[in-house]
Order: sequence, then structure tokens, then C-alpha cells
Amino acid sequence: MNGYNGKMLRVDLKAKTIKTEALNEDLAKKYIGGRGLGTKIMMDEVDPQVDALSPENKLLIVTGPMTGNPVATGGRYMVVTKSPLSGTIASSNSGGKWGAELKFAGYDVIIFEDKSDEPVYLSIEDDKVELLSAEDLWGTTVSVTTKKLQEKHVKGSKVLTIGPAGENLSKIAAILNDEDRAAGRSGVGAVMGSKNLKAIVVKGSGKPKVFDDEKLKETNKAQLSKIKENGVTGQGLPTYGTAVLVNILNELGTLPTNNFQLSQFGKAEDISGEALAEKYLIKNTACYRCPIACGRYVKMEAGEGGGPEYETLWAFGADCGINDLRSVIEANYWCNEMGLDTISTGSTIAAAIELKQKGYIKEDELDGLKLEFGNSTDIMEWTKRMGYRQGLGNKMAEGSYRLTEGYGVPELSMTVKKLEIPAYDPRGIQGQGLQYATTNRGGCHVRGYLISPEILGLPEQLDRFATEGKETWVKIFQDLTAVIDSMGVCLFTSFALGAADYADMCNAIIGSDHTADSILEAGDRIWNLEKMFNLKAGIDSSQDTLPHRLLDDPIAEGPSKGWVTKLDEMLPKYYKVRGWSPEGIPTEEKLKSLGL
Amino acid sequence: MISIEIRYFATLRRNGLKKEVLSFKDGISVSKVLSEILIEEKDVAILLVNGIKVSFDKELKDGDIVALFPPVGGG
Repeated sequence: MNGYNGKMLRVDLKAKTIKTEALNEDLAKKYIGGRGLGTKIMMDEVDPQVDALSPENKLLIVTGPMTGNPVATGGRYMVVTKSPLSGTIASSNSGGKWGAELKFAGYDVIIFEDKSDEPVYLSIEDDKVELLSAEDLWGTTVSVTTKKLQEKHVKGSKVLTIGPAGENLSKIAAILNDEDRAAGRSGVGAVMGSKNLKAIVVKGSGKPKVFDDEKLKETNKAQLSKIKENGVTGQGLPTYGTAVLVNILNELGTLPTNNFQLSQFGKAEDISGEALAEKYLIKNTACYRCPIACGRYVKMEAGEGGGPEYETLWAFGADCGINDLRSVIEANYWCNEMGLDTISTGSTIAAAIELKQKGYIKEDELDGLKLEFGNSTDIMEWTKRMGYRQGLGNKMAEGSYRLTEGYGVPELSMTVKKLEIPAYDPRGIQGQGLQYATTNRGGCHVRGYLISPEILGLPEQLDRFATEGKETWVKIFQDLTAVIDSMGVCLFTSFALGAADYADMCNAIIGSDHTADSILEAGDRIWNLEKMFNLKAGIDSSQDTLPHRLLDDPIAEGPSKGWVTKLDEMLPKYYKVRGWSPEGIPTEEKLKSLGL
Repeated sequence: MISIEIRYFATLRRNGLKKEVLSFKDGISVSKVLSEILIEEKDVAILLVNGIKVSFDKELKDGDIVALFPPVGGG
């Protein structure tokens, strides 16, 4: 096979057996890889109604055909499983260098089944694959586990691991690789923890085959040029990283503040990308074969390391009313150490603060710690307590929906399908609101980044307050993103590249005959397959909605004053453009047309 | 004369200048303001007046806040 290695590992954690299986080439091409192929395997092998933290759930690590191949950003992999947070299909994406290493070792997919009786980790060194004891690693943080495994294994080994949060089954636990790259969302770390699987260490010496080297050279040359010449990928992201968005969203009056009670943060400049660059940035970092290098390597108390992304600056900053950048950087570090999703963790702390503000959480639950908007004193301690499930941190480790529901006010959780909404107030960005409401994994911005046309003006400028036509934009962005996530490249390339470019990439690497249209159709297929998983899991379209605050409480002041998300205007049109029934269910005809 | 607050972001900050309030004649356009402060339109990817995206020919009034961003992105 070209692009793919053609091999999957199937690991039964209970029986301690490891089998190598052939990758089904037809399925791989139909569902591309990563998110698409992983969802197909889940549909075929797992009952969607299974308890996500039971042995019956499976944990899939799925690379794409571009992963480990010589294309720009070709190093990403997906964790696909059922989410313990949302109950939906979960596919959580990560960069770094680990995914490419798995391809070098000769595998496209790892399927973990059942549950080990004791802590284990998987070691892969090309054909030598074994389950080893992780007794001495259990309870250790991400950086400690990573260093211990790298010392023990062959030089150049890459480590993927959970931290204490995953071991303790926090529903917002992430899986980390290369110490600070995260498959962050949907609680995938808890699924790994539920299986007593601590880590996967991998070293490979091979390389996947490419269909047409000459064509690939031409494609790469053209696409690298587009990436370099594009203002966002060639200049904005390398210089300031994602953090530069803080000031833009704030100027627009769409930077959620104090758990979305406000939409502008008076002290945004203090936590901005500009401030980060001026005071803490040491250098840029890049994932495998990435010409963009948006990663931030910063000064911190522990020395130096991976710095916060925009979402993290927002979650621990504006959303908690905090302008102390140093504390936000430290909280980001502790999320990585604990193995927690920074968006859900910061957002859950913000929800806890509002619960305290409104008298639901009492002083005697705090163990003397501060829990106030604008007070950064204890945000690191709350983060650690969520990882270790200590005190109130035990309730917070369940995520903001279950936390607020426990106090009888789930409407204070800023979530869709129980997944915390990221850093863009959709009341002032209508298409983004539709995208949040309809995303198969819940409140997520990177399943269809409408910020690009509605805020950044790419590929063209849309009126952020208008609803007309947004259903089509959302569908196209969701479908294209599904393909990018399945190929194993970075979504950020889409600032510079379009569907035809991704078709060219696939054709050169795999030997497919994709066009822009067939790429979008493949994305539509993946989207519908995810939706079918959710429907079978009992997550129906009544959950395609937003928190009450975003639908009914207009933004109180600033440039977006007076706006709510007009979801009822957009949702019926979205279902129609998807070819679904008015109830939001894919029709037989639609599924048939996609070969589902 | 009208007073306009100009906010600079990312690479458009020169010598660390984050914002300044300048006086211009009535009815001046953003385009003319930019030429007076020596910033080229091609370097401004996102132009906001009072938090709303506008075009370069937008005429300004007293007290307006102009925010200038180069091409930036993220997620």
C-alpha cells in the first residue's frame, strides 16, 4: 500500500495478546484514515451504547495516510473512542512527533481492547511489540513518565502517556505525547486510564511508501509556497502563535469573560499573544515537518517548556477573569503534567467560580482556597486537585456540566453535549454558534472553524452577525475538516490550502484519484458516520443546541451588544443542506448516496 | 478636528507603541489616517472601527477607536 503501512496492531489488555492484522485497503481509502477510519472501526466493533469507561469500549490510535510522510505538517494522529464526557464518538487530534514515529515503526492503527488487571504500557520497537509493567509509572506526571520511559528505551523513542487525571478517570483527561502535545478533548485520557494503560512508547526505523515521488515533489513545492506566502501561516502564526487572537476577539466583543457572563475583558492585553511574546517567549516550536511552527516555548517556574495556546490563555485568563499571565502559564504546565484538557479545565474552574459567586458552592468546600473571578492565587492548586480528585477537585474532575448539575444549575455549564465551548462567544459570531451546536463531539471550535471567514476574512469575509447562508459554510467547513483530520495533517494548513490541494496531496501519496468534490464528499461521509454513531449512542439532535445564556441572554455591552445566537434561524436550514430530516436525522437516501 | 484612538496589534506595533490618540480633520477616512501614520493598507488584514469590521474608505467621527491587525490566525 502507498501512504499507509497496511498494518494494524490489536492489543487485548486482559489476555495480554498482541496481534498484527492487515489494514483493509478499501476501508482505508473510503474513510481515509485518522478520524474517519477510526470512526468506521468503532461503528463496526463497538456498541455505541457501551459505558465509555467499561472494558467493552475500545481505544483506537489512528494515523492518516499523510502521517510520517514527507508533506507539510504530516505528523498528526487521532485518538478515537467513545467519550466518557459527552457519550458521543470522540476523536481527539494531536501533533508533535509521536504519530510519525508510529508510522516509522510500521503501523497505521492500534486497537486496544478490554482492560488490564494491573498498570501496563505498550512498547513498540518496529516488529518487537510488548506489554510491560507500568507499576512504577502509575501516579507519575506526564514529564516524569516520559523521561523515565525515554531513559529505559532505545534512544529516540517517543512517548505518549496519560497523567494522574487519566488514571483517576477525570472525564476531562487528555492524552499527551512528546510531553506537551495533547489529544486534549472529550476525556480520551480517562478511557486510557480505565484500561490501566499508562503509556505507549514507540521507536521505528522504516518509512511508509509514497505513490509518486515526482508528483509529490511538485505538490509539496506548490503547497509550501502557498503556506509561506499566506499571511496567517507564513507570518501571523509563526510570529505570535495562536495566542495573538486574544486581542482580536476582545476588540470584537466576543472574548467570553467570567464564564460567558461578559464578552469583553478589560485586561485582555495582559494575557495576549503580544504580552506572551514580549515577556515569556524563548522560541517557536514545530511539530513533525511543520513549516508554520506555531508552538510557543516559554519561561516558567519549572524552567522552560511548552507555553499556552490561545484557548488556554482564554480559559484560565479571561474566562476566569484572570490577567496574571504567569499564573496562566503555570496552570497550562500543570494541565500538561496532570494530563488535563486545558479548555475544559479552565472552563470548569470558571463555572465553579460562578457557582461560588452565586452561593451554590459554600466556603467550607474550598479548604481555604480562593475561588473568585480575577483571583489567580489558587488556579494551579485547583488544577492539581482536579488531576488528583482531591476535595472539591473531585467534583470538578467530572467537567463543568456534571459539576453544575450536581448543584442543580446545569445551565451555568457553558457546554454543548457536555463538552466545554472554547474561546469565541457565538452570540457575536453566528456561524460559529451553529457550528458549536451541531458538532458531533460537542462544543468544539476545530470541527469547522468559522472564525476563519467570519473574523479573519479567509477565504473571504463574511458578516459575523448575519445568519443567511451560514448553514452551507458550516457544512463545507465541517466536511473539509473531517478529511484533514483523517489525512493526518494539521488543520492550520487550511488557512492557505483548499480542498483541491488536499486532493493533490492524497493523489501523490496514496495514488487515489480525488478531486476537490470527492474530498468534500469523503468529509460528508465521515460526518454522517459520526452522527450515526451518536444517534445509536442515544445522543439525538435535541442536543444540537447551545447553553441558555447564549440563546437567550443578549451580550450586555461592547461591539457585539444586544446579540444572541439565532440558532433557530440556522438549524433547520443546516439539517436541510445536510440532507437530513427536519428532526436532524440522516435520511436513508442520504446515507445510501454516501455508501453508508 | 476630531480625536481618534488608534490601537496597534502584533507586528503593527512599532517601538512597542500599543495605542495613541491623534487629531485629524473632520470626515477623514481610515485610508488617509493610515497614510498619515505611515502604515500601508496591504499590511492591515483586519480593520475595526469601534469593534466592527469596516473598509478603508470608512469616514471617522470624533471618539472613534480604530484597531489595526496584520494577518493573524489560530485556533
